[in-house]
Amino acid sequence: MTTTIDPKNSTPSVPSQAELLATPGIVSSEFIQETLALTRRLFIQLKRRPTTLIAGVIQPLMWLVLFGALFQNVPEGLFGVSQSYGQFLCAGVIVFTAFSGALNAGLPVMFDREFGFLNRLLVAPLASRFSIVLASAIFITTLSLIQTVAIIITSVFLGAGLPGIAGLGIVALIVLMLVLGVTALSLGLSFALPGHIELLAVIFVTNLPLLFASTALVPLAFMPTWLQYVSSLNPLSFAIEPIRYLYLHSDWTFASIVMDAPWGSVSLGGALVLLAAFDAIALFSIQRLLYRRLS
Amino acid sequence: MAPAVLIEQLQKRYGTVDAVKDVSFEVAPGQIFGLLGPNGAGKTTTLRCLCSLTTPDSGKIEVSGISVLEHPRAARQLLGYVAQEVALDKVLTGKEMLELQAALYHIPSAEIGVRVKNAIELLSLEEFAANKTGTYSGGIRKRLDLAAGLLHQPAVLVLDEPTVGLDIESRVVIWDFLRQLRDQGTTILMTSHYLEEVDALADNVAIVDQGKVIAEGSPSTLKDQVGGDRITLRIREFTSDDEAQKAKSMTAEMPFVQDVIINGAQGNSLNLVVTPQSDALLTIQQALKEAGLPVFGIAQSRPSLDDVYLAATGQTLMDAEMAASGKRDAKKERKQNMR
Repeated sequence: MTTTIDPKNSTPSVPSQAELLATPGIVSSEFIQETLALTRRLFIQLKRRPTTLIAGVIQPLMWLVLFGALFQNVPEGLFGVSQSYGQFLCAGVIVFTAFSGALNAGLPVMFDREFGFLNRLLVAPLASRFSIVLASAIFITTLSLIQTVAIIITSVFLGAGLPGIAGLGIVALIVLMLVLGVTALSLGLSFALPGHIELLAVIFVTNLPLLFASTALVPLAFMPTWLQYVSSLNPLSFAIEPIRYLYLHSDWTFASIVMDAPWGSVSLGGALVLLAAFDAIALFSIQRLLYRRLS
Repeated sequence: MAPAVLIEQLQKRYGTVDAVKDVSFEVAPGQIFGLLGPNGAGKTTTLRCLCSLTTPDSGKIEVSGISVLEHPRAARQLLGYVAQEVALDKVLTGKEMLELQAALYHIPSAEIGVRVKNAIELLSLEEFAANKTGTYSGGIRKRLDLAAGLLHQPAVLVLDEPTVGLDIESRVVIWDFLRQLRDQGTTILMTSHYLEEVDALADNVAIVDQGKVIAEGSPSTLKDQVGGDRITLRIREFTSDDEAQKAKSMTAEMPFVQDVIINGAQGNSLNLVVTPQSDALLTIQQALKEAGLPVFGIAQSRPSLDDVYLAATGQTLMDAEMAASGKRDAKKERKQNMR
């Protein structure tokens, strides 16, 4: 260690009173700076430990190939207008993959809480502590989009076809909307629950039941009526059904009916509204909690 | 000029436990101020309240005249906090950690490179900066954490047990560094349960016990106030209770002895407070010899900060430490500190 210190590097700087008391908030260069720095940290982690991403891309492809093959010999017409089960399954895998990824969004934050790293962020004069949450959301969203692209490309080779450019845009929008809501809930849980064991338990308990109680694996018409109600109210189905429709119909409009629920028909536009409502509820429900924990 | 740190009647309860009952002290700008006390005395909670990580139940906290409770963000800009447990992202390199920290304190992007480089040089971290922090030893982690705490050139550096668990060499290096930092105008507020650390570094000290400040002043003033000389007497390496008791009642009767206690933590050695006089050691040795008791060791010294603590609480810091360590629930405390 050096024994001489260059005074001009270590003399404490004294900001003016006005500078100190200013609160930049979320519309400021400070907010952008801290959000980018926190996001960069997550991407450096990903670069140094890419296992999660690799597994996250391989896993849905295995679903497509293996689960797709499981029902390959199902009589035609049983799964609606889909020509093959692979084509039917593709939308389900896209949505389920994005959903599982987003559900895990809270884990890194939980570990930061447990290891005291969050304290380091909380003693810093952040413009708004919302940047901690936003950085995680940006990170998870990017991962989901990478996974979605991998699934879409693979499904082309499996004969599922490809929606048009506008259709792909809507697919991306739907994925983003689902990821936003689920990420919000997961981040909320990461602050509400006492530790990662509890968070993992919640993830474990929600993950598969939500998959089975959705239209990811079989169409609504296939299910007993009670399950049809559950499935048609599951946010996963709001995302799966329109994507599936986009895959099968190049002549879609926002008024096209994508889901025949026992309680009524849902159009493509209607599904988007339902997803927006889901996001609103998710964001609203975590807002108070985050505010309490982060202020 | 407003004090660098002002804390008045701070109070914080966790459930039924008073972590901090009544803590008040003032840190003048440009000094090293030590909070000394056993584990569990409320030092860390006090610092967490100061750094706006914990909201106190009542009390006043100011940094350079700015209220931490009213303007937490302003106070955060003035403070550099180095926690006891260094939380680093083990996947990032030291340099990346510092760059992240710099951005969190909104150092202009154009300046970050230079500041990080200077901080690395300042703490001689050149050969480690490009390695992941997961590979660092305890001393290097602490140095990186110090560098991170200094990046934004805080007016007040807050250190929680800066050298706990470090080897002697790293400890001395950090002591020297803190002294230089103070000499250049940075105010330093540190906690420690090492007497010699506070004695060596602090310009002023507040001794904290069970959530209360029990003494405050410069180390030399506090020691002078306690007064008298100290004699430590060991009959044997491990003295039996009987012999210790016998020696105690014998010495207690001597005219120059003000007080005698038996220190169980150190093999029943006797701690005597005596009026300074030249032949005290000789007189005691003589008397013990006549009573047929051996002398394993005997030494006379000026009072230490431990004696200040002893005079105020009736037990030595080490005894308090041992008593406290049995009562603490590390897991519960970690949960309390989780946000």
